[in-house]
Amino acid sequence: MTADAQVGTVDERREHAGGAPPEPLVAIRNLSKYYLRGDQVIPVLVDIDLDVPEGDFVALMGPSGSGKSTLLNLIAGIDKPSSGEIRIAGVDITQLSDADLALWRSANVGFIFQFYNLMPVLSAFGNVELPLQLTSLSRRERRDRVETALALVGLSDRATHLPNELSGGQQQRVAIARALITDPTLIVADEPTGDLDRTTAGEILGLLERLNRELDKTIIMVTHDPKAAEKAHRVVHLEKGVLVH
Amino acid sequence: MFVPLLVLRNAFRHKLRTTLTVVGIIVAIVAFGMLRTIVDAWYAGANASSSARLVTRSSVSLVFPLPLSYAPKIRQVDGVTRVAWANWFGGIYINERNFFAQFAISPSYLDMYPEFVLSDDERRAFVADRTGAIAGRKLAEKYGWKVGDQIPLRGTIFPGTWTFNLRGIYDGAEEGTDTSTFLFHYDFLNETIKQKLGGRGDQAGLYIEQLAHPDDAAAVSAAIDAMFRNSLAETLTETEKAFQLGFVAMSEAILLAIQAVSFVVIVIIMAVMANTMAMTARERYAEYATFKALGFSNGFVALLIFAESLGIALFGGLLGVALTFPAAGTFAKTVGSILPAFKVSADTIVLQLAAALVIGVVAAAIPAWRAARVRIVDGLRAIG
Ligand SMILES: Nc1ncnc2c1ncn2[C@@H]1O[C@H](COP(=O)(O)OP(=O)(O)O)[C@@H](O)[C@H]1O
Ligand SMILES: [Mg+2]
Repeated sequence: MTADAQVGTVDERREHAGGAPPEPLVAIRNLSKYYLRGDQVIPVLVDIDLDVPEGDFVALMGPSGSGKSTLLNLIAGIDKPSSGEIRIAGVDITQLSDADLALWRSANVGFIFQFYNLMPVLSAFGNVELPLQLTSLSRRERRDRVETALALVGLSDRATHLPNELSGGQQQRVAIARALITDPTLIVADEPTGDLDRTTAGEILGLLERLNRELDKTIIMVTHDPKAAEKAHRVVHLEKGVLVH
Repeated sequence: MFVPLLVLRNAFRHKLRTTLTVVGIIVAIVAFGMLRTIVDAWYAGANASSSARLVTRSSVSLVFPLPLSYAPKIRQVDGVTRVAWANWFGGIYINERNFFAQFAISPSYLDMYPEFVLSDDERRAFVADRTGAIAGRKLAEKYGWKVGDQIPLRGTIFPGTWTFNLRGIYDGAEEGTDTSTFLFHYDFLNETIKQKLGGRGDQAGLYIEQLAHPDDAAAVSAAIDAMFRNSLAETLTETEKAFQLGFVAMSEAILLAIQAVSFVVIVIIMAVMANTMAMTARERYAEYATFKALGFSNGFVALLIFAESLGIALFGGLLGVALTFPAAGTFAKTVGSILPAFKVSADTIVLQLAAALVIGVVAAAIPAWRAARVRIVDGLRAIG
């Protein structure tokens, strides 16, 4: 199967539902995650229910170790739950095989990490282009897209720079361009400003806000910075693996 | 285009580490090639020998001579068309380090060795000069001898300084032909022993028989040995090849050790490179996890590691093969007369490249397997 085949447009899904209110883009039901240490069960997420409608900008907050990253990773399809359901654009990703999940991620998720996670040997251009290497786009199409994305994050003049020739804020902007490049269903960001100073953090948050407002991107962002959370439409709190609304 | 570029840039991230690894592989591949060539050269003497010739020696030991009176008797044996004999001289040229084989040969000897190619003029000059000698091309080149030179040899078995006139330099008809032997007249040796040294002359170190048909080797050998059974000097006759292999067999243990060492060298560099690749891969777990998060497969990550490892190993391997030739050339110059046919064979080159390939694959195997299996969330945590 291809990821694209599973992901219809919003309109299609609405039709399938026969006029009923549309299913939210992300629908999480009874989601739990445990770790086993010896014969001890360590609950990390307990019975989570969460809906994220399309176009939303959600901030996930909570103390350190409360399970924010774990929840975000599950939604992004890079971790597997112990039980429960995660439906994204109609697909229960917990049921996908590893290979299908990888394919699904490449088409549906844009990642933004706290430490940028750029490939040190690739230029800004090469890093942004990376997800497109998995597509059948021509070289020219890839170049056009990368140039557009770099322009959007204001780094057209830094295309040939290696990550270590860029500031933290610039690196994160490259990462944002990389997250956008495949036009994903969902953007996940884990503490995207955690490694940046106030001013730079503000710029990055402004950029995320624009993605949400102007490009209609659905964003789920983990943060423990209240200033960052202010930019979101909605704040969801986690405490010891439990959602507190 | 994307994968090769990525692999190449990754390989040069730690220039010193990669350089040292490549140097290590070069050294290992050159050493491997040299050791194998030594073993090859050792066997080459036997391979170059003719199966149409028999060698007869004392059944007790090679160091005991046989009476010269055997020559006509051996010649009478059915199937023998020619007999020659030769004595080991064992002289020293200037000093002990200059080892090369020296034989006093009977007049018929050169007729039986058509692989020793000598011009008619030089052959005539040699035959005409009682104290004349001929030397192989390799030997002559090593010591810078020219035809007409006087070559003094200090006798160890036969006392005194023996001076020979170099009358000819022979070439090998084939690549494997030994051209590092020094040959002179048996008659000169024999007469000197009898007249000046007061020793017992008329003795031959070994006889060489030319066979009418190589297939008769076993029967003719048996006939010769039967003839001298229960005499004072019993004989042992075998094909020249078996005789040469007998020499080789004496050193079989050494050859085995050399072969073992050649493989140990490869195993060591394999372990060193496996460690390097493991270290390299471990440093990049977060990158591999990022690749996978973006949708790249486990196989892609393994491919990056395999390609980098193979690239480094084959690069080192090719340089190693290239450097084996000058190394072998230098080595051959130094020990030329001990291992006459010292030449890097095509088999050795293939083995060297195969070794480089195996080094690359083995070194990458465990790191690639681990990197492919590492969970994305665990890999991502490797940074933060
Ligand atoms: N591989 C693991 N084994 C055991 N416990 C883990 C593992 N990964 C995470 N945890 C635990 O899960 C909890 C939640 O972690 P995380 O989601 O990273 O928290 P947050 O992002 O909110 O700081 C922590 O208590 C952490 O120790
Ligand atoms: Mg976290």
